[in-house]
Amino acid sequence: MAKVPLEKQTLLNVNGDEAVAWAVKQSLVDVVAAYPITPQTIIVERFSEFVANGEVHTEFVAVESEHSAMSACVGAAAAGARAFTATAANGLALMWEILYIAASLRLPIVLAVVNRALSAPINIHCDHNDAYGMRDAGWIQLFVENVQEAYDTTIQAFRIAEDERVLLPVAVNLDGFFLSHTLENIRILPDEVVHEFLGGYRKIPKVKVDYLEDEVPLVLNPARPLSFGPLDLYDYYFEHKMHQIEAMKNVPEVVREVNQEWYEISGRKYGDGVLETLYVEDADVIITVLGSTAGTVKHVVRKFRRDGKKVGVVRIRMFRPFPHREIAEVLKNAKVIGVMDRGISFGSYGQSYLEINSSLYDYKEKPMLVNYVYGLGGRDASPELIEKMINELLSDAERGYVENKLRFLGVRE
Amino acid sequence: MLEVRWHGRGGQGVWTVSNLLAMAVSLEGKYVQSFPAFGPERSGAPVLAFTRISDEPIEVHSMVYEPDIVVVLDYTLLGSPAITHGLKKGGVIVTNFEDEPSKIYDVLGISRGEYRIFTCPATKLALEILKRAITNTAMLGALLKASPIVSMDSVFEAVKERFPGTIAEKNIDLIKKAYEETREVK
Repeated sequence: MAKVPLEKQTLLNVNGDEAVAWAVKQSLVDVVAAYPITPQTIIVERFSEFVANGEVHTEFVAVESEHSAMSACVGAAAAGARAFTATAANGLALMWEILYIAASLRLPIVLAVVNRALSAPINIHCDHNDAYGMRDAGWIQLFVENVQEAYDTTIQAFRIAEDERVLLPVAVNLDGFFLSHTLENIRILPDEVVHEFLGGYRKIPKVKVDYLEDEVPLVLNPARPLSFGPLDLYDYYFEHKMHQIEAMKNVPEVVREVNQEWYEISGRKYGDGVLETLYVEDADVIITVLGSTAGTVKHVVRKFRRDGKKVGVVRIRMFRPFPHREIAEVLKNAKVIGVMDRGISFGSYGQSYLEINSSLYDYKEKPMLVNYVYGLGGRDASPELIEKMINELLSDAERGYVENKLRFLGVRE
Repeated sequence: MLEVRWHGRGGQGVWTVSNLLAMAVSLEGKYVQSFPAFGPERSGAPVLAFTRISDEPIEVHSMVYEPDIVVVLDYTLLGSPAITHGLKKGGVIVTNFEDEPSKIYDVLGISRGEYRIFTCPATKLALEILKRAITNTAMLGALLKASPIVSMDSVFEAVKERFPGTIAEKNIDLIKKAYEETREVK
C-alpha cells in the first residue's frame, strides 16, 4: 500500500480512550458488546455516539456485565463477525472465564484493556495486575506507550488477530488515566486506507470437515452446521491445546510484519513491533518497562546519556507471547538489568521479571537482574524516581553484585 | 518543553481550559499533552490540570512537578503552598485577583522578584460577560498576556471547536477582555 503523507492524515486532539474509539470506528467492526467501567468508559461512550449518529454499521450491544460482554463477542465472532470490547480491572476479572473460551475457540476478538488496579481497596488508577491476570488465558497482549500508539495498535490488532497463521484474540493495553484521560495530538489515516489495510470486512477461514465434502467457512451457520467447543476429554483436549501453542509461535512474525506494513503506510513504527530499544548496544544498565512509563524512562535515560552514563531502555510491546529469545539477545551483554513491573505476583516477583529471568537462564554469561515494582494503584512514576532507580543500578553495576533483587520504587517505608 | 499547571476547583473547567490551550497549540503544529491530576471529580475541591507543549514528540507520561507557568482560576486557593510548589525559579504565576496588586505577595506568601506575577479580575469579567463565575477561559486570555504561547486566533478556533455558537462567542469576548485587563505586578 502507498504511503499516506502526513498532510493527508487528519490531526485529532484526543485522549487515549477516544483514540481507541476512532480506531474501532474505522475498522469495519460488526459487533461491539461492552459494559462501562472507569477508566475505559470513554471508549464505549464515544463509540456509542458513532453508532447513534449512524457513522458506523456496527451492532452495539449494551450488556449487563463484562462476562456477558465477552460472551456476546464470542457468539458474534463465532458467527463470523469482527468483534470488539473494552474493559478494565474488575471488569476484566469478571471476563476471566470467557477469555479462555475466546482464545481456545480461536476467535479473533480485539479487547482494549485500560489498565487499572484491582480491588481491594477500590482504586480506579493505573497498574498492570489486571493484564497480568489474563497472562495465561491464551490471548496476545500488546502494551502501548502513548495515545498515537493506542490508535495505531488497535487497528493493527484486528490484522494480527485475523491472520490465518494466528487466529487468536488480541488485548491492546493502555495505561488508565496516563493514556486513557490524557489528550495528545495524533494523526489518523483516511477511512479507506484503514479498510484496505484490514482487507475490508473480516474474512472467514475455510476448513475441511470430515463429514462434509467441500471446505466450509469456519462460522456458526445453520445451513452448514458446525460445532464450536463441544466436549473434548482426555481423548483430544491435549491436541487442541497444542494447536493454540503452535499458533502463538507464529505471532511474533505477524506482529513484526504488521508493524512494518503500518510504517510503510503511516510513517510510524514501534521498534520491530515486539520490542522497542533505545541506547542498548553499549549499555551497562538496561531498564525494561511496559506501557506509558517507557516514555518517562526514555526521557530520563537521554539525560543520563548526555552525562556519558551507559544506560539503555527496552520497551516490551508484546508481553504475550513473550519474546524470550529476542529480549535475551538484547540484554545479554549488559551488566545490570532493572526490570520494572507495575504489578506483582504476591509471594513471587513482578510478572515480567519472571519472564526475563527465564529468558536469560540458559546463557553462560548474563547480566544481574533487579526487579523494581512501581506505580501500584496509579502512583506516579516521576522522572525523579526513575533517576533514583538508575543511580542505584549504576552503583550495582560498579560494585558487581546486587544485594536485594526485589525493590519497591516510590513506596513509603 | 513548556509545562503549565492549572489550579482551580472541581466544576470550574480546569481540565477543559487545559484542553483548550492544548487544542490551540496543536493547530500551530506543536506537540501537546493535557491531563488532569487524576481523581474522581468532586465539585468544589481543589483540582489540578497540566498542559505540556513541545516542538518534539512528548515522551514523558508522569505528572508535572516543575512547571514553568502556574495559572490560578480561583483566588481562594492563593493561600495554599501548592500554588508555588515546584514552580521553576523565575517562573510565571497568572492569577485571578481583584484586590490591590501589591497585596498579592502577602497572599501568596512569597517575596518580590521570586516569580513574575500577572493578575486578572477574572471573576468580575466572567460575571459581566457570561453572567456566571466560570473563570477558565478568562484565565486563558490572561495567560496569553503573560506568555504568548499561542496566537489569539488559534485559541478562538479551539474555543469554537469546543463550544457551540453563542457560548463560543461570549467566551471569545471574555478572553479578549481578560487579555486587555491582565497586568504584570511590578
